Amino acid sequence: MTGYRLHTDNLTVSYGKTTALTGINLDLAPDRIHGLLGRNGAGKTTLMSVLASLRRGQGTVRVEGQDPFENEAIMQNVCLIRESGDLLLDEKLTTNLSFLEDARPRFDRTYAESLMATFRLDPAKKPQALSRGQASAFGAIVGLASRAPLTMFDEVHLGMDAPARQRFYHEVLHDFAEHPRTIVLSSHLISEIAHMLETVTILHEGRLLLSNEADDLHVSGATLTGAAEVVDRHATGQQVVGTQDLGPTRQVTVFGDLDEAALAAAERDGLTVGAVPLQDLFIHLTDTDRAEEAS
Amino acid sequence: MFEGREPIYHQIAEAIRGEILSGALKEEDQVMSTTQYATTYRINPATAAKAFAQLVDEEVLYKRRGVGMFVAPGAAAALRSQRREAFFAERLEPVIREAALLGLSTSDLTDYLASHATTGVSTTAPDQTPEER
Repeated sequence: MTGYRLHTDNLTVSYGKTTALTGINLDLAPDRIHGLLGRNGAGKTTLMSVLASLRRGQGTVRVEGQDPFENEAIMQNVCLIRESGDLLLDEKLTTNLSFLEDARPRFDRTYAESLMATFRLDPAKKPQALSRGQASAFGAIVGLASRAPLTMFDEVHLGMDAPARQRFYHEVLHDFAEHPRTIVLSSHLISEIAHMLETVTILHEGRLLLSNEADDLHVSGATLTGAAEVVDRHATGQQVVGTQDLGPTRQVTVFGDLDEAALAAAERDGLTVGAVPLQDLFIHLTDTDRAEEAS
Repeated sequence: MFEGREPIYHQIAEAIRGEILSGALKEEDQVMSTTQYATTYRINPATAAKAFAQLVDEEVLYKRRGVGMFVAPGAAAALRSQRREAFFAERLEPVIREAALLGLSTSDLTDYLASHATTGVSTTAPDQTPEER
């Protein structure tokens, strides 16, 4: 086992009068790919900054059992990749890689070079000369080749085009399989990463909405589609998080500890029972305006 | 892919069982590694590993240390006999219930089966694989 275990207890972070995170209790197991989801301003970046010891809050934060703040032994093994990048802007990419090779105990230079070729980056270029997509790719390369026991990607692939993202996902999965470590992926492109995640943590307005095994979450949601009155009859007693009407047809999304026998009964009554993709579930749970309209 | 409500690893295991039943994967064939599976279908390697573990438990696959996962001898026949048991209860029962709702008689159903025997239902010995027919 090489990955770090993450734990927070009643973590609260404020910037002046603004509270970015409130009372976060989180446990993320080592050597897994964790998804960290939330709308803009939900507190994802703040949480990752605290785990990367860039920021300090109130409450407890433990990375592999230790307080990460100003803890050099932990910090050198924690890699947070942000879209903006944390690079030596006046130095060539290859010089940046040399610097990282010195700073990161597990940095794999050979792997970094091969990724440079994969993403078609010119090592002689300087970070400021890169396009947005190239800068994203370089961030991804740094994150992957650092092989840090805790690696966090904060929207790093947002600047990449679809083929580059595909390569990024491939590399994350391949390198994770060969060199297990704790990876936190934060992204708005939920449908693209959904099945890569072993756990899903959703922040909403600075609070922890849920943190679950992806498998458990997958079986916790269902859509019931059919004639409105039949759908309503079967949805009674279940937690309904979304409703959509198409003429006489209604689709409700139910979420929670579902009664499988009741779902089977719904199917026998002619309803279509379907899965709820993670992205849909995320929208239902965090689209507060819509949730208020519905209630 | 993976659009069902069952956990993803169940769906992966089911897809592999399907490949064995159809003959796309033959006995003693090596199946993809968890890494290959994960990168091909863009899923977590642990999810693929769980599916493989389930199939090893069911003796559909077996592991050769340091080499990989292989289709177990007799896997196709074992799957076929399990499926036969489940076929009537899980597949045919709902059809019969639906037929009753629609007012179709038993002879309507048997007539249909008889007239479609050449295209769908084998009239040969039940233990033959599709290739042997």
